[in-house]
Formats: sequence, C-alpha cells, structure tokens
Amino acid sequence: MTQAQWIRNIFKPLAFLLCLSPFLLLALDWYLEQLSANPIDDVTDTTGTWTLRFLMVTLALTPLRKLTGWNWLIRFRRMTGLFAFFSVCLHFLTYVYLDQFFLWEEILADIQKRPFITVGFASFLMMIPLALTSTDRMTKWMGGKRWKRLHRLVYFIALGGVVHYLWLVKADTQRPLTYGAILLILLGSRLWFFWSERARRAIPVATAK
Amino acid sequence: MLIKRGPEIPSSEVTPESVYHGRRTFLKKAAFATAGLATAGVAGPLTSSARPQNPGWNRPPAGPYNTDEDLTSFKDITTYNNFYEFGTDKDDPYKNAGDFKTRPWRLTIEGEVRKPAAYELDDFLKPYKLEDRVYRLRCVEGWSMIIPWLGFPIGDVVRKVEPTSRARYIEFTTLHDPRQMPGQKRPVLNWPYVEGLRMDEAMHPLAIFVVGLYGKELPNQNGAPFRIVVPWKYGFKSCKSIVKIRFVENEPRTTWNIAAPNEYGFYSNVNPDVDHPRWSQKFERRIGEFRKRRTMMFNGYGDQVASLYTGMDLRKHF
Repeated sequence: MTQAQWIRNIFKPLAFLLCLSPFLLLALDWYLEQLSANPIDDVTDTTGTWTLRFLMVTLALTPLRKLTGWNWLIRFRRMTGLFAFFSVCLHFLTYVYLDQFFLWEEILADIQKRPFITVGFASFLMMIPLALTSTDRMTKWMGGKRWKRLHRLVYFIALGGVVHYLWLVKADTQRPLTYGAILLILLGSRLWFFWSERARRAIPVATAK
Repeated sequence: MLIKRGPEIPSSEVTPESVYHGRRTFLKKAAFATAGLATAGVAGPLTSSARPQNPGWNRPPAGPYNTDEDLTSFKDITTYNNFYEFGTDKDDPYKNAGDFKTRPWRLTIEGEVRKPAAYELDDFLKPYKLEDRVYRLRCVEGWSMIIPWLGFPIGDVVRKVEPTSRARYIEFTTLHDPRQMPGQKRPVLNWPYVEGLRMDEAMHPLAIFVVGLYGKELPNQNGAPFRIVVPWKYGFKSCKSIVKIRFVENEPRTTWNIAAPNEYGFYSNVNPDVDHPRWSQKFERRIGEFRKRRTMMFNGYGDQVASLYTGMDLRKHF
C-alpha cells in the first residue's frame, strides 16, 4: 500500500474510532449509571471539555507539521475539526434540551444576560460555517484563499471557548487557564512560523536587487 | 336507630406511624440491601462511604421541621459534594476525605460570650439532644437534594454559652490543615473557610448543628464531625468541619463573599428572583430528577423565616 492508502484505509478509520471513543464512553457510563448524581451536568461538562480538546488538537496539527515535516498530519485536520463541531453540537443540545428543556425564554435571556453563554454561543455559531465548508467540493467552490480566510475564524472560536470556560467556573480557574496557556502556545507558534517564513522569503528578494 | 360499627382492627395490625412515614425509605433501604448483596461478593468490604444506609433508621413524620419529599439516596448525598477543602470536583470529597481524622476534635467557643471555652467535641456534644431533620438543600449552582440530617438547634448552644450584649453575629471557621485537606494546598479560596450568621438567624429553630445524616455519624465528605445546616440559605453558607465558633459584633467577612463580593452576599438566602450574576436562580434540578423545578423563595421555608428579613431589600442584601 502507498502512504496515501495506509492513511485512507487504516489510520483514518482508527483515528475516527479514537475520536469517537470519549462519546462512546460517556454513553456507556450513562447507561451503566457510572456518572455522578447529576448526570446532565456530567454530559455538559464532558462534551464542552472535548470540544476544547478537539479544537486544540486541530490547531496543533499545522505547527506540529511544520516542526516535524510530517505532511500527512494535515490529512487528519478536517476530522478533528469536525469532531470539535460534533462535540459542540452535543454540548449545545444538552444545554437546550436536557438542561433548559426548551424553555426558549430562559435560553434567550441566558444568551443575552450571561456573558459566558454569550461568548460560548457566539463560538458555536462561528463553527457552523466552518463545518458546512469542510467538504472538498465546498473548498473548491470557495477557492483556497477565501476558504483559508474564512477558516481563520477558528482562532476566535478557540479563544471564545476558553473564555466561556473561564467565565463559568466558580473559583477554581486552573483548568480553563491551562487551556488558555495551550492556546497561547499554539497561536504563538503560528506567529513565530509566520515571521520566520517572511524573514526567509525576504532574504532572496534583497539579494536579487 | 342502630349505628353499625365497622370491624375493629386489632392494634397489632395497624402500621406504626414511624413505619408508615418511612415507607419510601423502606423501599429504598430494600433496594440498597439488594444492591449490597449483589455487589458485596465481588467488591470486597464496603468502604464507609458506600455503606448502605442505617437499617434501624426511621424517617421522622412530616412537620414544620421535616419535609415529606422523597429523600435523596445516601449514595448521592455522599458522592456528590462541594467541599473544596478536599478538591473542587464533585467526587473529590468522596475520594479524598476517607482518611480524614475527626477524633480527637478540638472546638473553641470565643469572642463575645460569658463562657468562652475549648472543648473536646464529644464532651461538648453531651448535653444536647439529637433529632432528625429532613431538609431541602439548595446549592447556589442550581441543584438540590432532600437530606435527613441529625443534629440540634444552634440556639441550644447559644443559650448555654451566654453571649454578651455586643454579640450580633456568629462566625464559624472550618479546620485548616492542608496535610489532611489536600484542597487547601491550592489558594482556590481564602483558607480557612469562614461563614457567618446574624444572631437572630442562628437562633432560628431551623438553623442546626449537625453531626449525622440518615440517623448515623456524619460521613467525612459531608462535613464531619461537626457542621451547621441553614436550610433557607444556599448550601455554601452551611460551614463544615467546624473548629471555631466566634461571637462577634460586626458582620463577619465570609469566604465566598471575599472571593466574589458581587456574586455571593453575606445573607445568600435562596431567592429565585435574584439571579447569580452568571446564571439564573429561577430553577433547580433535584438530584435524581430529569426536569428542573422552580426554586422556592427561602427554599420553601418562607413561612418560617421571612420575618427575619422584614424591611430589608433582598436585592441589595442578597
């Protein structure tokens, strides 16, 4: 098998199962009554946490590829991104259905009045166009440049996700700040690559003159 | 005219009131016993936290101090806790409080009292008569439980220690011992945990000192060996593992109030009309239930405690 075949036939299905496993485990825990006394909160927490984790992994793939030269990493980025979207959909549904039980009045009030929900909801909304334009056909239709520009929204989405987490905790900010630190490193590495690439490109231009 | 009398029911066949009122508990107990039998063989000796509820315990009849709502299971009460001294996750207290040493336990009563003293807890407890109190517990996070506490009114103690005329508040302090309470190793809150009540609140017969639940010794994760419970206030007002009771003239600076003064007021009475700045307090999820229910003013104890706050703006004094 060629590398492309290995990836398509073996590693992608494996990665898919791996990405799915936290949700399967959550469902199993619910079924076996292994969750806490407040299972709905557990589902909210778990799906929210995994949204952030998938976002971080998605954002880590590009810098990791540049660091290692493993170009195949990029072929998993759509999958991890879509799993972040899958997770946030479950998170939002849990909130609307299990938590608020479709009390739209309460939900709208929450979105307006509670900054952590406003930010979280905004991030969720921004993820929708990214998920919709994730197919090959949409990418082609949009053209690489526009597609790339649109998908830079992910930086704001991840930032919004971390702020959402930070603003909802009562006193213990350790976990949201950890995600914040990881995000800072990931975004910082992009800037670093951006500047070093520009510097490298600048040199031949200077000698040509 | 002949009035026919119904058949006499022999007194031996009448269900004693305590058993009648304990019928739900009985069913739960039966379920617990079955579960215990099923797992005991594989799980080995049950830990203190997983022990089934006290089989000899009977639920007290409904009354002003006892709700007749369905009890939250012993398992849920002892595995889902906010007790940051043992960690900030809900199951941390259950996991980390197992080795907590609750004896010997020194308790001091100080400040504006005629009889300040230091006690060994068991000596301190001797004069007081324990009673079951089935209370609603409403957490500020939006969930609630029905818990059968075992304790006695705070007022009983206050009368005994004779506060001076300057005593207007009581301040309660939790043990500070990071070796035993791993949560205190991080500055999540301003340790030690301090809570307070106005004197008339503390004297209210609903406000109690607690040493047990489900009729037996308080599990460590629930604030052993000695805590208060104030059922019309959010749960965090009910200070746990108390080592110091101080009578003071001025309103004590309480831990959550220090952490976020705009979110947690000194009074923190359960109030569906005053939202937490970050979430609504209109509804709550009763542990074990699916749909949320409406939160009641003063957690349903309004008839008994509302008069403590006459003339006060509860939006300002939240």
